[in-house]
Amino acid sequence: MPETNQNAAPAREPVIEIRGLKKRYRLGQIGGGTLTADLQSWWARVRGKEDPNLKIGTDTRLFGTSFMALNGVDLTVYQGEALGIIGRNGAGKSTLLKLLSRITAPTEGEIRLKGRVASMLEVGTGFNQEMTGRENIYMNGAILGMTKAEVDAKLEEIIEFSECGEFIDTPVKRYSSGMFVKLAFAVAAHLDSEIMVMDEVLAVGDMKFQQKCLSKMSDAAGQEGRTVLYVSHNMSTIRQLCTRCIVLDKGRVVFDGDVEKAIAIYMDTTDVNVARYDLRAVGRQTPSAGKRLLLSELVFAGKESSVFDTAEPMRIAIRYTVQEPFSGVHLKMNLHYRDGTPVGITHPIDLGPAEPGREYARTLVFDPSLLGEGQYFFYLDIFEGVLGQAVCLDKPSVEFQFEVANTDLSIPEWASGWGRIHFPPPAVEP
Amino acid sequence: MPNKTESQWTTVIRPKTGWFDLDLRELVQYRDLVVMFVKRNFVVFYKQTILGPLWILLNPLITTVIFNVIFGGIAKIPTDGVPSFLFYMAGNTLWTLFASCINNTANTFVANAGVLGKVYFPRLTIPVSQVLTALLNFGIQLVMFLCFWVYFAVQGEVRFTLWALALPLLFCQVALLGLGVGIIVSSLTTKYRDLAIAVTFGVQLWMYATPVVYSMNTLGNQPKLAFIVRLNPMTAPVELFRMATLGVGTFTAGQLLYSAACTLVLLTIGVVLFSRIEKTFMDTV
Repeated sequence: MPETNQNAAPAREPVIEIRGLKKRYRLGQIGGGTLTADLQSWWARVRGKEDPNLKIGTDTRLFGTSFMALNGVDLTVYQGEALGIIGRNGAGKSTLLKLLSRITAPTEGEIRLKGRVASMLEVGTGFNQEMTGRENIYMNGAILGMTKAEVDAKLEEIIEFSECGEFIDTPVKRYSSGMFVKLAFAVAAHLDSEIMVMDEVLAVGDMKFQQKCLSKMSDAAGQEGRTVLYVSHNMSTIRQLCTRCIVLDKGRVVFDGDVEKAIAIYMDTTDVNVARYDLRAVGRQTPSAGKRLLLSELVFAGKESSVFDTAEPMRIAIRYTVQEPFSGVHLKMNLHYRDGTPVGITHPIDLGPAEPGREYARTLVFDPSLLGEGQYFFYLDIFEGVLGQAVCLDKPSVEFQFEVANTDLSIPEWASGWGRIHFPPPAVEP
Repeated sequence: MPNKTESQWTTVIRPKTGWFDLDLRELVQYRDLVVMFVKRNFVVFYKQTILGPLWILLNPLITTVIFNVIFGGIAKIPTDGVPSFLFYMAGNTLWTLFASCINNTANTFVANAGVLGKVYFPRLTIPVSQVLTALLNFGIQLVMFLCFWVYFAVQGEVRFTLWALALPLLFCQVALLGLGVGIIVSSLTTKYRDLAIAVTFGVQLWMYATPVVYSMNTLGNQPKLAFIVRLNPMTAPVELFRMATLGVGTFTAGQLLYSAACTLVLLTIGVVLFSRIEKTFMDTV
């Protein structure tokens, strides 16, 4: 049951009213887009294999062939509020923002809005590479619903905020990615819209600019009386900006109210990032894997979700059984960022000798503090012999997902240009 | 819940409902965006080209020369007694308007999925701006056509007829017909991309079912073929355009009405389909 906001001030004017909002996505039979994809799906079914064009989460919101991305959301947002929206991947945050910004229509329910919505689901939407910065300001302004006269009135302010003054008449394809983002944000931040909708737009740009944007948005909400809806996985920016926060889980609002409480609840919610994996029946990366040694289970010990604080050691409990004696089995983790970029591997660990017929349980402790904030996954690779001439024993085709969350306020939102590794500070020689 | 203040909601977002769920007022509100799109279409296409906007003229000019050589010079298809160059150019100019209306709007959803998936604006602004761009290009090509026309008119070979007064209306009709077909295709391509490939090819074939390289007069002794060609809603406009500018053309008031009716029907189907698709296409594209 959603908890309602306890400290609601009286007689505030609602600017967004959402009633019974549902969004259903059809699964499987969307019709791949091309005849080829349709044929591919058909061929996979014929061979009894998994449909390559099927995207399914493991979720109770699945029924039949449809998936409820939002499953009955009720929400009232008042003027001048900065509302944070947090939740795991797949909780429905982006769907909610998409419905609010009218990119797709709801299946059921209703949203009522007062005023214009400026949505920034991605910075630089509608920017044309061939056009100059100035032309793009007009273009983007128009896309976001401003008239030419309105853009004219704010042009100087936008250019100044963007810090791109001297390049404003250069085609944006010559811009660095940082300049591009700054310009894009500047346009959106200066829109005359009553409601601003933002989806993790601040993960780009340098730290100074991030702070500038945050304070710009705080001003927009606090002083100008605009309403800000902000989605982020970064808890410190949520803390800094938001006056109220909701937690979405499986398409519903599970908490509504105080920011700190919301963050605490978010850290504990379970989601598609499951904390327990049954590996007995899942696919393996090589045909021989899992035959002589079977990794049967992986659990993030003591956790209900796989979100880890940077300072919190990950305890990974595994179980495996063997079919023949081994003098030593070794294990390594292959870490990847969520987009698939390899981050690194761990040095192999010797799990010790193994005898057939017994089940072995081991708990590995991994320190995530070197990882920058974000979502990662790892593969487990169990092998015999030394690295380089190793014989793979088991390697499940499962991406064990986890998230490293930053709760340290002294660190700003992790910027994409920073890579993935967060080294400890270099020591200063005395 | 706090007491409800009497509020003026400006936007209500509901599940898609009726068949004809289109807010034309909104399109007017976003007219600046349409202008920006037209400007962008126009400018971006010719950036980093040497000849720039000259391409607008080169395309129909070269096509006309080729038609003139192949259909006039080699196949010797009669051109109703008017200079063949002007005859082909007339047909080709009007056809180019129609074809570019279709080709440029047919890809609306797929080509702009990036922007459309991130921000809301009336989706119809994209095809409308494409059609306006096509009309703008057509205007430039029309000027070129008139230059050649003057050259032949001075020699007394062609003359305007009173039908010329109907031309502005005709151009609009052709553009709307192209828009109608284009947005039907664009709505269907969100599900089946095959159509996007088929349409370029289809438009080429359609040209041969239109009296662009021949006249209805030459089909006079082939009633079956002429009947089929007359089913084509573009036949009467092309003939009318030649009648107005060159004084040759075969059409009846009924055929003009038929063409106008087709435009209306196709445009309505297109707009209905488009407004059905625009709200949810992001889920299927």
